[in-house]
Amino acid sequence: MSDFESLELRGVGRRFGGVDALAGLDLTIRAGEFVALLGPSGCGKSTALNCLAGLLPLTHGEIRLDGRRIDTLPPERRGFGMVFQSYALFPHLSVAKNVAFGLQMRGVPRAEIDARVRAAIDLVKLGEHAKKLPGQLSGGQQQRVAIARAVVLEPSLVLMDEPLSNLDAKLRLDMRTEIRRLHQSLGLTTIYVTHDQEEALSLADRLVVMREGRVQQVGTPDELYESPASWYVADFMGYRNILPATVVSASGGEAVVELPRVGSAGDGGVRLIGRAVGGLGAGDRARVAVRPEDFTVTGAPRVAPASTSGGGTTGDAGSVPGSVSVVEYHGREFAVGVQAGDTMLHARATTAPDVGGAVTLTAPVDRVLVFPESLDAVVVAPREVAA
Amino acid sequence: MSAVGQRPGRATASLRHRLAERGIDPTLLLLVPGLVVAVALFVYPFSYGIGLTVQPTAAMQEQWGGGALANYVAFFRDPFVFDSVWLTMRLALPAALFNVLASVPVAMVLRHRFRGKRLLTSLLVLPITLGTVLTAQGLLIFAGRQGWINRTLLELGLVDEPLKLVNNYLGVMLSLIITGFPFAFLLISSYLSGIDPSLEQAAKTLGAGWWQRFRRIVLPLLAPGLATTFVLTFVLAFSVFPSARLVGDAMGETRVMSLMAFRAFGEQNDYTMASTIALMMGAVELIVVVAVLGLRSLLYRGTTGGKG
Repeated sequence: MSDFESLELRGVGRRFGGVDALAGLDLTIRAGEFVALLGPSGCGKSTALNCLAGLLPLTHGEIRLDGRRIDTLPPERRGFGMVFQSYALFPHLSVAKNVAFGLQMRGVPRAEIDARVRAAIDLVKLGEHAKKLPGQLSGGQQQRVAIARAVVLEPSLVLMDEPLSNLDAKLRLDMRTEIRRLHQSLGLTTIYVTHDQEEALSLADRLVVMREGRVQQVGTPDELYESPASWYVADFMGYRNILPATVVSASGGEAVVELPRVGSAGDGGVRLIGRAVGGLGAGDRARVAVRPEDFTVTGAPRVAPASTSGGGTTGDAGSVPGSVSVVEYHGREFAVGVQAGDTMLHARATTAPDVGGAVTLTAPVDRVLVFPESLDAVVVAPREVAA
Repeated sequence: MSAVGQRPGRATASLRHRLAERGIDPTLLLLVPGLVVAVALFVYPFSYGIGLTVQPTAAMQEQWGGGALANYVAFFRDPFVFDSVWLTMRLALPAALFNVLASVPVAMVLRHRFRGKRLLTSLLVLPITLGTVLTAQGLLIFAGRQGWINRTLLELGLVDEPLKLVNNYLGVMLSLIITGFPFAFLLISSYLSGIDPSLEQAAKTLGAGWWQRFRRIVLPLLAPGLATTFVLTFVLAFSVFPSARLVGDAMGETRVMSLMAFRAFGEQNDYTMASTIALMMGAVELIVVVAVLGLRSLLYRGTTGGKG
């Protein structure tokens, strides 16, 4: 269905009253790709989508579709499909008429409209609701109408702006699968905006993590998950423990850091060894990132200090003493909150430790990531992935 | 209730629940003060007025016949009185239509953000604070024979003699537009802001140009609001009185119904005929209102997806 080779964004930017909502966005999207823009609200991901759709004019840069400039075209002449967060279904038109709207605007003959509308409605499994008004449908059904309305035009590009954020958790999972199925079966090219990293990881071929209008990292879900470029990206990729630290020494891709706010006061805090990401030197301020599932919870407090053991990549990063303050049942495992000094650390355990009991957290060196604290130094060249 | 040992007819529910089961809600008692005021200040005087219309003066009965209905016979038979229905319609319908239709594009444009929007909106709404008398006074000064417009046009040599802009149909029409437009504009602006802007954005991405977006999306959602606005501005214009007298031709082409009622009451001391004309005025308004609201009920009136 995607009748183009590549969509190129070069230095795309948008200013609102002297503030950059989006700056220097470079991205090349191949036909058939599913790209997710990921970031918290206000990071510029929706601005980027609206710029692509033509609903917001660019203040910098250009957008080219197979080398042809399209950022000067009005939205109605770009031929992109868009699914809005609020669905934006026309409340006075039936499901079938909502879906037919775009075809009518393009002057498609009536017989063809009827056939294509029926096919699109069947595709999203709403055949029996075709004559209803949107107000008579549930949230998930409205969402499917919005998707049918966008894909019935066979657009070269489908833009989705947090389409699942108004649905409840269970429906969100179902619709996620549904969107991926449609993307594959129709051969769509999709750009998907979300703040939910799980959604982005499961749907996208490629992720673009954004912060304050700028791209932080571009890569496949696997790349971002395994090797985030900054603690900001790590935060999105499930590194729930992000701790301020000071670098004691750094060499050979490893760094020894001191965590001033973890452990009891007076002894200067706990030391850990981790994998250094980005340039780090002794005395630098850093952030340490560890996933809850990478921490091992052991009952007896251990005394051996990590810094003297000189562990390799397979060795222990060190140990953090603390006391159990929260235990949550998560089905197959327990989520454990461990109070260590001023900081609450998150870990997983297969058996529930006693609340209030003293425990030690340990993690392998290569699962402890050490990042420079400053995010501005991070420059990540966008990597392209063939579809 | 099959419970053994419970005495029949002895419910354990509270008095409130027992009353509610019979459809009696004690909170309805709160309506009483309002009802008293409504009856004293509206229902009674209104019924009294209707009563007056069937007690015509002896002179009326003699001139028009019809016994107790002489005033009504006079209303329909006397062309001097009955023509006022047409003369009022001729002012109120076009004025209301113009105010509604002119407000739509202005309100559409003023939805967008631009420099000076606040000032422009204030200027458009300002006339609502002027009374009709002040507006009439202003029109006389501005557009009268010796007004600024005519003097400017004469000085420039564009006209040979002053244009007749007031003391006729045009003067009253201008006054109705000046006072009615801000009202229609404010109402339509609020109806427009109730339409979710993302609907138009969605229509844009589906390939609809501005006219198609207006025709297919905005207009159908706005139509019930337009009908309501039309009804309100029409009623406002239909009861025109001060401007019809001050900037109109009170005994000629702007001889509106309220002037006729006032004439019957003030000049002929015929209170019953004045009541009759007033009642017929209400009847004509009612016919138009019912017709417009009847058409409105055929339109889509559900949610417009916005802040409502």
